[in-house]
Amino acid sequence: MNVKMEKQSEQKETTQQLTMVQAVNDAMKTMLEHDDTTIILGEDIGKNGGVFRATEGLQEIFGEDRVVDTPLSEAGIVGTSVGLAVNGFKPIAEMQFMGFVYPAYDQIMTHVSRIRMKTMGHFSVPMVIRTPYGAGIRAPEVHSDSAETLFTHMPGIKVVCPATPYDAKGLLIAAIEDPDPVLFMEPMRSYRAQREDVPTGKYSVEIGKGEKVQEGTDVTVIAWGAMLPVAKQAAKQAEQQGMSCEVLDLKTLYPLDRDLIAESVQKTGRAVIVHEAHGTGGLGNDIMSVINDTSFLYLRAPIERVTGFDVPVPFFALEEHYMPTPKRVLQSIEKAVHF
Amino acid sequence: MEEQFPIKKIIDDQGNLIDSSYEKEINEELVKKLYYHMSRIRLFDRKAISLQRQGRIGTYPPFEGQEASQVGSVLALDSEDWVFPTYRDHGATLTFGADMTRTFLYWNGRAEGCVPPEGKNIFPAAVPIATQIPHAVGAAWAEKRKGTKNVAIAYFGDGATSEGDFHEGLNFASVFKTPTILFNQNNRYAISVPVEKQMNSKTIAQKGLAYDIPSVRIDGNDVFSVYFETKKAVERARQGEGPTLIEAVTWRTGAHTTADDPTKYRPEGQGEDVINPIERLENYMKNNDFWDEKWIAKIETELTEEVESALEAMEKYPPANPEDLFDHVFTNTPSQLVEQKEAYLELIGRE
Repeated sequence: MNVKMEKQSEQKETTQQLTMVQAVNDAMKTMLEHDDTTIILGEDIGKNGGVFRATEGLQEIFGEDRVVDTPLSEAGIVGTSVGLAVNGFKPIAEMQFMGFVYPAYDQIMTHVSRIRMKTMGHFSVPMVIRTPYGAGIRAPEVHSDSAETLFTHMPGIKVVCPATPYDAKGLLIAAIEDPDPVLFMEPMRSYRAQREDVPTGKYSVEIGKGEKVQEGTDVTVIAWGAMLPVAKQAAKQAEQQGMSCEVLDLKTLYPLDRDLIAESVQKTGRAVIVHEAHGTGGLGNDIMSVINDTSFLYLRAPIERVTGFDVPVPFFALEEHYMPTPKRVLQSIEKAVHF
Repeated sequence: MEEQFPIKKIIDDQGNLIDSSYEKEINEELVKKLYYHMSRIRLFDRKAISLQRQGRIGTYPPFEGQEASQVGSVLALDSEDWVFPTYRDHGATLTFGADMTRTFLYWNGRAEGCVPPEGKNIFPAAVPIATQIPHAVGAAWAEKRKGTKNVAIAYFGDGATSEGDFHEGLNFASVFKTPTILFNQNNRYAISVPVEKQMNSKTIAQKGLAYDIPSVRIDGNDVFSVYFETKKAVERARQGEGPTLIEAVTWRTGAHTTADDPTKYRPEGQGEDVINPIERLENYMKNNDFWDEKWIAKIETELTEEVESALEAMEKYPPANPEDLFDHVFTNTPSQLVEQKEAYLELIGRE
C-alpha cells in the first residue's frame, strides 16, 4: 500500500516480474554494480550459479574475484569473510543450506557478533550471511532446518527473513548496506512460489520493520518467511467463518518490530504466532514476551503458538506433518477467538 | 619428517654463530633492537604475573620462554601489515606497537585492551583456538585484492593445529594464494596435553605439505632464526608467492595461565635444560662484543619505568562505564537495547 510506495523512492519507474530467487539475484547484481567492495563467497556459486541459481550469471559479469567459488568450508567462508570485512570489503557469504551453517557457528558466535563490541567500535564486520532455510521442498536430511533462534539469541547480529520477492530484494540490499552483520534467511519453499513486480533499480526495505499485510479486528496472526502464505491461507479460511484476522509479516526477526506487534494486539486482543522452527526456545516465545511487556491488559485470550514440533526436522516423507499447516493455524485462530 | 624439516638454527644455546651466512646481516643495531624488545616484554610478562597474584589483574597466560618467537617474528613485519594474535601473544602485539596500558587493561577485563592505536592493524587476541587463522587469511586476501604489498601474520599454538579452523585457514590461504604468514609457536603443551599426544605427526611444519604451502621448522628460541625466516616468508608474501607456514619450536617456561599448575602434568625437571631465549641472545652478545653493560643498565631502568608507568596509568584509568555494555554492539543500537540500557542506568542511579 502506501508504505510500499514510499519505500521505493529511488528509481521506481521500471519494474520486472520476478520470483524470490530472481529478486535475490537481482539484489546482489545491483550491489555488485553499485559498490566495488561487495564480493560474494560460497560453495558452487560461480559457474554453477548456486544450487538454487541465486547467483546465476553473476560470475560471468563480475568475474571470479568478486563471485568466488570457495572450498567446501563454512567456517572458512565466514572466517575469511571476517578478515575481508575488517579490511574494507563487504562480503556476502552464502551458506548453501541453513542446516550446514553449524560448522560456521563458532565463527559467527565468537567473532562475527562480538568484534564490534569488544573493540568498542574500532573494528566492525559489515557482512551478510545468506542462507536458504526451511522444509517443504522434499530435500534430503539436514537440508530443511529453521535455525533462526540460534542467531536471534546471539547479540550482535541482525536476522532478516523476507516473504516476498519485493522484500527479498529490498531487504537484501539493506542488509548489504548495513554497517553490521546480518543473517539473511531465504525461505527456499517460496523461492519460485510467486512472481511480483520488483523495481529494477536500487531500493531498500528497512531492517527492523515489519508490515501489516492484512487488516483485521478479531485476532492478530504473526508470521514471516515461508509461514506467511500459510498464515494468510488460514486467515482467509477464518474470514469465511466470520473471524477477522490481522496478519503481520515480521520480516526482521532481530530486532523485532515491537511497535507493530503491540499496536495490532492492542487492537485485536488476541494473537496467534506461527513459525516453522521448534516451539521450545522458538522465536514465538520472544514475541509472547513482547506482547506481555506491551499489551498484557489488552489480551482477551491466551496467546497461541503454532510451530514446528519439538523434534528434529524429519525426512521429507513426514515434513508436511512437521510444519505448521493452515489447518493447525486455523485451529489456533478458533481457539483464540472463541476462548 | 624430522629429517625433511630439520630445526633451523643460526646461533646455538651458547650463543655461537652456527650458520655463518647471516654473519653480515647481524649487526649491532639489530641485536640491540631484538634484545631491547625481548627484555621489554619479559618485564611486562613478569609484572603481569605478579599483579595477578596480588589480585590487581585477572587470570593471565604467561609467555615467558617464547620471547624470541614473538619478537623475532613481529619485527620482521612493516607497520602497514596485520597481526592476528592469540591470548598468549601480547609480547608480539606490544612489540608491534600495541599500547602497554591498554594491554594491562585487557588483562584486567577491559575491552579498551582490544582497541589498537590508530593505524595499527592489530586484531583483538583470539581466545577460541585457531579461529583467528581464517581471519588473517581474509585480511591478507583483502590486501591482495587491493593490490598492496601488505601481509597478515596469524599466531597460533601447537594445539590449534588440531582444530578445523587451522586446516580451513591453510586451505583458503593456499587456494587463494594469500599473503599470510602462518606462525606457529610450538611450545610443546596445549594446557596440559603434550604435543606428542596432540598429534601423531612428528612436526607441525609437515602439515603445510598437504596444502602445498612452503613450510619451515625453526628453533623458536633463536631470535635470529625466527627473525630471518619470518623475513623470508614476508618477502615471499609481498612478491605474490602466497603463504608460508613457520613452526617455531619453543618452550612455555611457566603455566598455561596463572590459574594453572603445570606440576600436575609435567614430569619433574622437564624443560630445565632449555636455555631461555634472552640468555641465549646474551651469550651471543657477550661472544661478539655487543655486550654493553652501560646500555643494558640504561634500558633496564627505562623499561622498568615504562612498565611501572603503564601500570600506574592502568590503575588510574577511569572505571569501566556500564554504558559501554550497550553502546558498541551495533552501529545503531536497536530500541530494545536502548530501553534495557536506560532502565538499568536509572536503577543504578546513573542519568
